[in-house]
Amino acid sequence: MQTATDILDIQRIRADFPILDQLVNGKQLVYFDNAATTQKPLPVLDALSGYYGGYNANIHRGIHQLAEKATAAFEATRRKFQEFLNAEHLEEIIFTYGTTDGINLVAQSYGRRFLKEGDEIIISTLEHHSNIVPWQMLCEEKGCILKVIPIDDNGDLLIDEYEKLLTERTKLVSVVHVSNALGTINPIRTIIDKAHAVGAVVLIDGAQASSHITLDVQALDCDFYSLSAHKLYGPTGMGVLYGKKAILNAMPPYRGGGEMIKEVTFEKTTYNDLPYKFEAGTPNIADVIAARTALEYIEGLGKENIAAYEHELLMYATEKLGEIDGLRIVGQAREKVSVISFVLDGIHHQDTGVILDQLGIAVRTGHHCTQPLMHRLGIAGTSRASFAVYNTREEIDRLAQGILRVQKMMM
Amino acid sequence: MTINEKQDEIIDEFDLFDDPLDKTQYIIDLGKKLPPMPEKYLTDDNRIMGCQSKVWLGAEKQGDTIHFFADAEPTAQISKGLISLLIRVLSDEKPEAIASADIYFIEKVGMGNLVTSRRAGGLASMLAQMKAYGQVYATNPA
Repeated sequence: MQTATDILDIQRIRADFPILDQLVNGKQLVYFDNAATTQKPLPVLDALSGYYGGYNANIHRGIHQLAEKATAAFEATRRKFQEFLNAEHLEEIIFTYGTTDGINLVAQSYGRRFLKEGDEIIISTLEHHSNIVPWQMLCEEKGCILKVIPIDDNGDLLIDEYEKLLTERTKLVSVVHVSNALGTINPIRTIIDKAHAVGAVVLIDGAQASSHITLDVQALDCDFYSLSAHKLYGPTGMGVLYGKKAILNAMPPYRGGGEMIKEVTFEKTTYNDLPYKFEAGTPNIADVIAARTALEYIEGLGKENIAAYEHELLMYATEKLGEIDGLRIVGQAREKVSVISFVLDGIHHQDTGVILDQLGIAVRTGHHCTQPLMHRLGIAGTSRASFAVYNTREEIDRLAQGILRVQKMMM
Repeated sequence: MTINEKQDEIIDEFDLFDDPLDKTQYIIDLGKKLPPMPEKYLTDDNRIMGCQSKVWLGAEKQGDTIHFFADAEPTAQISKGLISLLIRVLSDEKPEAIASADIYFIEKVGMGNLVTSRRAGGLASMLAQMKAYGQVYATNPA
């Protein structure tokens, strides 16, 4: 049987990412911090320089040729994300500065308009701070109540407990699709259906899922889905908030300024239509344009192929790291993306990270912006290796050797 | 020995190592020798915030000098080693000398990123706190 490793030519893919070919502390770089941000392939870099070098212009209102070209490229990204998410309508794709920005948009626009004192918002123990703090701010302002879905020790959500939290007071559920700290893939279709059954709207934090999982917002039936381009081999400072058209239309603008208006007088301003109502000010044109190239790059490889290959890496890494005495993998959920969090007996994760870095291996250490989750697991933090399509088994071998070196140095 | 003489001595010691990993091993070994901090100083007030590892710093005026006590949580060996170097340089010095000290050994031995970046415990905060103690005791000798 053909495996993803056979289908994808990893060495050819690696050649598209020149950043990988460098020495760090005198050692060949192993980049395992992909859950924080993925590296960018040459076509994405070319798209950025192509825009600035060839047709840099402000979009939408210019009548000159450069503005026309920039506008067309900018709007082509919207269409590409519509395909990527299988959104029904083009205007359901709102450009943001990233996942966090999209969540804040929903909290500040939808939340402030439609939630009131005593209403309940449900999140989960697995959330990144980005999907906790905006709701806490809203609760503080509106007198809403925040409830949290618990997890088991493997890092799976307790869906039975979620059901108990749902009441007629539940107005909004905001849950992460894939845990950044543990890699858990949550059963979001179930979560969405159960929320809808009590009349709540659902936001999915897709920051970690979007590069690994094929998305279909219509099949999921989520009301909002927020993601970041920089975790999709695209540029930083660019993201997408998908929202159902009817809900977005009912929401007031979040920021005021240019682009989001139809007409302004000192007496009254009328607002633009979707999606521009939520895109005040000159947008991040270059990064929006380059994000389309990133999606095309993923398409070219085949998202299923990427997912299958990353799964092979995850299985291999789970086996290799599992053989190391004194290493405990944190997060053994039933379904995971290619993220391995681990702790070493008697060794601080920070020290692990420092020594691995000296060996040329980039991992992330700490609480991964999920302090409540770490508290639930009874640990201060972990070391986290997260894999992307350009990583290899040989690199995982180097990680395993590096961990043994860390243990030896700390003895 | 002055603060600068102590710094130069540390720089000479680290010059013996070519491989950064050997330097790190030396820091880890220093950390293992760091004397435990007196219980009374392990308080939230003495906790240095902003570090990935838990770090505490206490100070006592002894005669005309300041004696520092510091520690990190038991597993944070690199932090402990760096703490021991900061104590070696600044402890038992006069407040004015501590407050005005130019700490250059950290960069010279190639540990700048360990001390200044968040990843390795933000020990820059601890250094700043030590100098602040110097400033306070210099202006309030009692």
